[in-house]
Amino acid sequence: MRLLTHNMLACNIKGVTKGFPLGIEHTRLETKESELNADFLRHIFPKLDWKAFHEAAQSVGVNNIPDQVEPVMLDDDEFLRKFHHALLEVHLEEGALICPETGRRFPVTKGVPNMLLNEDEV
Amino acid sequence: MWYLCYFLHRLLDYRLPEIEALAKLHGYSDGDKVGQGLQWKQAPDHHPDSPFYYVNLPNEGIARKVATQSLLLKGMYEVWGEGCTHEELKEAVEHYPEEYKAPYLAEDTTFKIVIDCFGKILTFNEQSARIESVSYVPFKGQVQLKKPQYKFWLIDIDGKAQQNGLPPLAAKRMYFAREIGCSDRSVVAKYELSRRKYLGPTAMDAEIALLMAHQALVKPGKLVYDPFVGTGSILVAAAHYGAFTMGADIDIRVVRDGKGPNCNVWSNFKQYNLGEPLGLIRADNNSPPWRSDVCEIFDAIICDPPYGVRAGGRKSGGRKMLNGKRDAYVIPEEMRKDHIPSTAPYTLVECVHDLFDMAARLLVMGGRLVYFFPAAREDCSESHFPKHPCFTLIANSEQILSTRWSRCLITMEKSAKYTEEMAMEAHQKHLDFKDNHTQLLEETREKGSLHSLVFGPTEALVGESQNLLAASVGINQLPPEVRAKYRGKYV
Repeated sequence: MRLLTHNMLACNIKGVTKGFPLGIEHTRLETKESELNADFLRHIFPKLDWKAFHEAAQSVGVNNIPDQVEPVMLDDDEFLRKFHHALLEVHLEEGALICPETGRRFPVTKGVPNMLLNEDEV
Repeated sequence: MWYLCYFLHRLLDYRLPEIEALAKLHGYSDGDKVGQGLQWKQAPDHHPDSPFYYVNLPNEGIARKVATQSLLLKGMYEVWGEGCTHEELKEAVEHYPEEYKAPYLAEDTTFKIVIDCFGKILTFNEQSARIESVSYVPFKGQVQLKKPQYKFWLIDIDGKAQQNGLPPLAAKRMYFAREIGCSDRSVVAKYELSRRKYLGPTAMDAEIALLMAHQALVKPGKLVYDPFVGTGSILVAAAHYGAFTMGADIDIRVVRDGKGPNCNVWSNFKQYNLGEPLGLIRADNNSPPWRSDVCEIFDAIICDPPYGVRAGGRKSGGRKMLNGKRDAYVIPEEMRKDHIPSTAPYTLVECVHDLFDMAARLLVMGGRLVYFFPAAREDCSESHFPKHPCFTLIANSEQILSTRWSRCLITMEKSAKYTEEMAMEAHQKHLDFKDNHTQLLEETREKGSLHSLVFGPTEALVGESQNLLAASVGINQLPPEVRAKYRGKYV
């Protein structure tokens, strides 16, 4: 699971009001190189919750993501490379996502987060 | 500029929408109104199922790109002349303006003439005779059969042929035309399901999946989402056109495990050297796990929702709990880790409502929602489809399953922002739609499942007058000429 997916997911247990951002617990991380697509990064940039992305990057050991960003930074190749790496190249293979409100663990196995709720959570 | 489209005689209802989608993809703009589409022209004595249509496109560049990417087009042509007889054709070609013809007939060019006849196979001698018959065209270039610069087509329609007792699709007519582009269907063979490693019971047919990608205006760098991803067959097609993909499914066995480390959703992408999905998640479309303020992120949502015809949909929560017959089962703490949550059936109406709500929120403006919807054949018109105030219906392509049932490929475009008011209005539309669908739901209940309703034998299989006969001898024993015949939507 990439940080892009992490940035879009929230805990949706009934009654939970602040289910975002999910904490990251990792037992296995992987880095897979992929081709950088600047247009895609520019499209996705305004859709992200940057604060959550910054924190998530730190929790998987990527420390070169600035905590404050401006759209002009998207013209900087160096920034794009770091952004691309954190957003798309770091994979959470085994671990869990933790709801900030209830502490519910959503397990991540083989890179697939299991967001399905139990009967008493729907 | 008007160009002649010569379609393949398959998936009849998908043909025009495909051309319209591809024209838009390659730069044709709708003008002021969303979903205005292209101008089409047909000879007056042609049936709507006829493979010959004229389409108005801005220029040859767009026409060529459309023709090359299209799967249902045999070719796109600039017509130099047409007529009912060779004499009429000759006169028309001779009257076609010289300045349009001259560049393609010049001395330093190479060309070939292709003879084609719709509805009849011509022998070698007949073909030679037809090539001779256009000797009045002053070709100065060299004939070259392999990779010529220009291809000319002499297309004939064998208007007499009656098919299956039905009237002919097109009246006798001849065209002499220059080829602008022709379709390359090798891509269909490449993605054929029989060669796919990981398949599920409802994997989408390669050709239809590619057509869905066309309808969704997929191109490199776009982000495409399938909320019912299964084995990824729809996303594979989207990835072929360069899209980034994401998928979700309620069944963890499909998205996570597949049939082993080299036979799963990911391996289906590796098999064709396509970029793997950016993310696969296990989630329930009925209670999607998206951050509440995430919006306008996907460029297209393409899916084949589980309606219960081939596979039934499921959603979270036990059936008895949702009926209010029982309180939610509280899972003991020590059992939580490996607990498998129970699910309940997910009806057509709910499924569509959730799909619309999600798509209205997550699609970018102008983004497309492309999905299949089952319908009774007489209900395959615009008024019977679910509506949403954020979406404009672009196309509706019927694919006939049985004499009574069809599935329709519906293409919608997001034309208004998603707001609270829109969500309210959508809910009202949903309730209207639900009421209209009670009949279908009741029939479903009587029959047990939508599958038996769609594929079970019904009296509608034969015409009224043959009911008695059929009942006494059984449908298969009827002589072929008494059986109800149908060819497509317009017959």
